[in-house]
Amino acid sequence: MIRIDGLSKKFGDFTAVDNISLDVQAGEIFAFLGPNGAGKTTTIKMLTTLLEPTAGTLEIDGLDPREHPSEVRKRFGIVFQDPSLDGDMSAYENMELHGIFYHVPRKIRIARTEQLLRLFELWERRNDQVKKFSGGMKRRLEIARGLLHTPKILFLDEPTLGLDPQTRNQLWSHVKHLNQTEGVTVFLTTHYMDEADRVAQRIAIMDHGRIIALGSAGDLKLRTGTTSLEEAFLALTGSTIRDESASSSQQLKDFARLWSNRR
Amino acid sequence: MNVIYILWLRELRRYVRSRAQLVASLGQPLLYLVALGFGMAPVFRKAGEGSYVQFIAPGVICMTVLFSSIFSGMGLLWDRQFGFLKETLVAPVPRIQIMLGRTLGGATVAVIQGLLVLVISFVAGFRIANPLMAPLALLFMLLIAGLFAALGTAIGSVLENMQGFQLIMNFLVMPIFFLSGALYPLDNLPKLFAVIISADPLAYGVDALRSVLIGVTHFGLALDTAVLVAVGAVLLVIGSHFFSKIQA
Repeated sequence: MIRIDGLSKKFGDFTAVDNISLDVQAGEIFAFLGPNGAGKTTTIKMLTTLLEPTAGTLEIDGLDPREHPSEVRKRFGIVFQDPSLDGDMSAYENMELHGIFYHVPRKIRIARTEQLLRLFELWERRNDQVKKFSGGMKRRLEIARGLLHTPKILFLDEPTLGLDPQTRNQLWSHVKHLNQTEGVTVFLTTHYMDEADRVAQRIAIMDHGRIIALGSAGDLKLRTGTTSLEEAFLALTGSTIRDESASSSQQLKDFARLWSNRR
Repeated sequence: MNVIYILWLRELRRYVRSRAQLVASLGQPLLYLVALGFGMAPVFRKAGEGSYVQFIAPGVICMTVLFSSIFSGMGLLWDRQFGFLKETLVAPVPRIQIMLGRTLGGATVAVIQGLLVLVISFVAGFRIANPLMAPLALLFMLLIAGLFAALGTAIGSVLENMQGFQLIMNFLVMPIFFLSGALYPLDNLPKLFAVIISADPLAYGVDALRSVLIGVTHFGLALDTAVLVAVGAVLLVIGSHFFSKIQA
């Protein structure tokens, strides 16, 4: 379903993704783990047509995202790591916009919107502007929106960041349900090892732009002689803390914050 | 429902919801109409040009449309900053549709702003010379708005952050306004200055609006229309080209 071969991405001198190759089967739940700045999000951006690779080939459901961006976009849904909601619109309007973007028929859109907003306990607040929501509510809405259309592949980039255990639990049961009933392929990244251990069939660990280990949670534990995925992860990636350099979008956010405070 | 329509609607919803911004954006045109309109009136009359309020009202309407439409195009920068841009970029929709929806929405808002300023000008003493030509004013406002909304989109697609904003403001938007003849007649200007002005698309917009509202023209309505349509079409193509190249 996803095929990555010799993929690299350079930003100037910095190599964010360094010659990675990887196959994800249809119907698989695949976890992509790694410390901050390992290149996970960059890889997802290349898979989802948001960035052009520097080298290597990609295939999503047999299609090259560079040559058939629209066809590829029809096949996946994504929950981004950072916010991507329209704060001026209400929760319901965000769902409506998404449904129209993805050509979800009107009736299905309305029914699923209600179902998902209820599932993530946002239905009562559906007509409020999203900018008035708390961080957790925004996160829930992002997830609900990502699930509105049923894609062949679902990319979840750290979807549970900042969520309480209840919502995390809701999310993963729903994702598993989608995977089992509709055969949705799931490609996820997370910093919570227990989640990866619980839902993913296979796990790739990425560090400094390379894939350093690949296998089931059991394989990884066995290989490192550890008892938990967390220990296996630390054994493979070391225990030093990584700093991510601020991206231009982060700088923009900082600037906007300053600017709006001044007004 | 269609993608272009929903993005158009989004711009309108945003406009209606930010009432503070709506009122604030009318402050500047009002100041121009009142301070300049009345302040310069005696000099203008002495020069034998008639009523100054009558003369600058179309110019001030154009200014409003220019600012509103170019900033709506650059609203792309805000969408980028708040992340919503990514949501539109991964959607399985031709980017030209996204760009068109946004541009039309921004242009519609700009025209509404222009009409509000027209109403304010009536209060300040402005009168339409030939009411039969007045509906054409709407058409020209739409042309001007579409042209600059497309320019704004092109700029918003290329700029990565807000740092370039002041630069664009001071070296593009303000010159477009001040060199458009919105505030002064274009007759008998120094030769080089006249050449520079004839390269400003807004000059033709102001001239067209003046032509249909008060019956005064410098370039002639046919040339005005031709320039606005041609430049608008070119900017739309450039804007959608840059928009389709955005990486996130």
